[in-house]
Amino acid sequence: MGLGSPDDATVYRMENGTLLVATADFFAPVVDDAYTYGAIAAANSISDVYAMGGTPFLALNLAAIPSDMPPEIAAEIFRGGMEKAREAGVIVAGGHTMDDKEPKYGLAVIGTVVPERLLLKGGARPGERLVLTKPLGSGIITTAYKSGQASPEVLAQAVPWMLRLNRDAVRAVHATSARGATDVTGFGFLGHATEMALAARVRFRIRADRVPILEVARPLADLWLFPGGTAANEMYFGQWVTFDPSIPEEVRMLLFDAQTNGGILAAIPAAEMDRFAEACQALDQPFWEVGEVLEGEPGIEVVARD
Amino acid sequence: MEKIVDARGLPCPQPVLLTRDALRESDTVMTIVDSDTARHNVTRMAEKAGYTVQAEEREDGVYLRIVRGEAAPQPAPAPAPAPSGGPLVLVIPSELMGRGEHEELGQILIRGFLHTLNEVSPLPDVIILFNSGVKLVVEGSPVLEDLRTLEAQGVQILACGTCLGYYGLKEKVVVGEISNMYTIAETMMQAGKVVSL
Repeated sequence: MGLGSPDDATVYRMENGTLLVATADFFAPVVDDAYTYGAIAAANSISDVYAMGGTPFLALNLAAIPSDMPPEIAAEIFRGGMEKAREAGVIVAGGHTMDDKEPKYGLAVIGTVVPERLLLKGGARPGERLVLTKPLGSGIITTAYKSGQASPEVLAQAVPWMLRLNRDAVRAVHATSARGATDVTGFGFLGHATEMALAARVRFRIRADRVPILEVARPLADLWLFPGGTAANEMYFGQWVTFDPSIPEEVRMLLFDAQTNGGILAAIPAAEMDRFAEACQALDQPFWEVGEVLEGEPGIEVVARD
Repeated sequence: MEKIVDARGLPCPQPVLLTRDALRESDTVMTIVDSDTARHNVTRMAEKAGYTVQAEEREDGVYLRIVRGEAAPQPAPAPAPAPSGGPLVLVIPSELMGRGEHEELGQILIRGFLHTLNEVSPLPDVIILFNSGVKLVVEGSPVLEDLRTLEAQGVQILACGTCLGYYGLKEKVVVGEISNMYTIAETMMQAGKVVSL
């Protein structure tokens, strides 16, 4: 199924009708601990299959390991990735490792999806509510930590969210008839929201006061410790986003902050919000209602409050 | 005494950190950066903290003069850096020109515009087409001849690859080059002037 539109992963229809979902991602360490890094990278790679509504089942390691890295450290990265994959029901079968100065790790992931459960960036419809399933801030926190501006305690606030699979969030979305979803990663919350709004030719109204942001990220934003990716997101996606003038500059930037394995952003039919909330509760999956889908000029308007 | 911070080649947030450290010691800091993101981040940080930032683009980097307060005392008050130097970029976000009741009028106008463009001065240095604008560079487009003429005159034509992919038209491109968001964003940010249809 040669999806002509950009989405979170590639979808391919096999001769028997099954839809295969394929994706790959890898990146440099975001935390010091090798095992945790491997697990976060794996969760992030697998997330793109979830973001399409799919079920992942097979993965290959993609790694770059410096030749002077102790083998037991490298082994911990792979172990972290493999155990996170196992949690997702994914078998890691081989892969490829190359030599590079800076370590990199991630997975190529294969999953399947039934057509009725396919979640697309362009699936949002006017009248739906926008939900987000993880708080923002992992980009600025990991960047500040790497440059010595944030303590391990601050970093520890972001780690559980980066480790968390998006599986349950998508299960909850699948409890409804929603068709529009994506995962929030490198383009930041507003970047991915813009992609969804443009693909669906709708307008998103975002309530800034309802978007969850990790508290420890705010002092870092005051110091303007944003990664380059966040600045690039604002420079590029800013053309489709308008802000209420009362929203402070650093909050605007946090809404553009590049995320590592961020949450699912989904458009849920208003009448099914209760069902979504119940499913989330049953799965112990947090979520925040952050806005709504409107008709009108495709793009995003961020309001301070109602 | 002006302090100089050479932040070229450093990833964010290092340029911001070094600039802020320097501002603790001096009211005037010159930070040199070589990426758009570093320039953006340093400028935003400084302006938020109540400084005025003047940027000067040179061969070897962007020189950001950061001065406490509103008015920056300039020894030789150069005229406001005119939008010269950078390329003239024309942005075409739609296959139609303008919005109105009738699509047909939008088609007539875009044909007329691109035809006329060949005869006016100055020509744009770059034309960027995105969204449905990319339909103008593919087989069957009514403006291919004019775009080819523009290209022959040295106008660079960049069509958004994501958009072509979206419409399934990547194989049908017959004029210009398929570009990516990085190049498009960079071209627009480095432009002396951007004209959007």
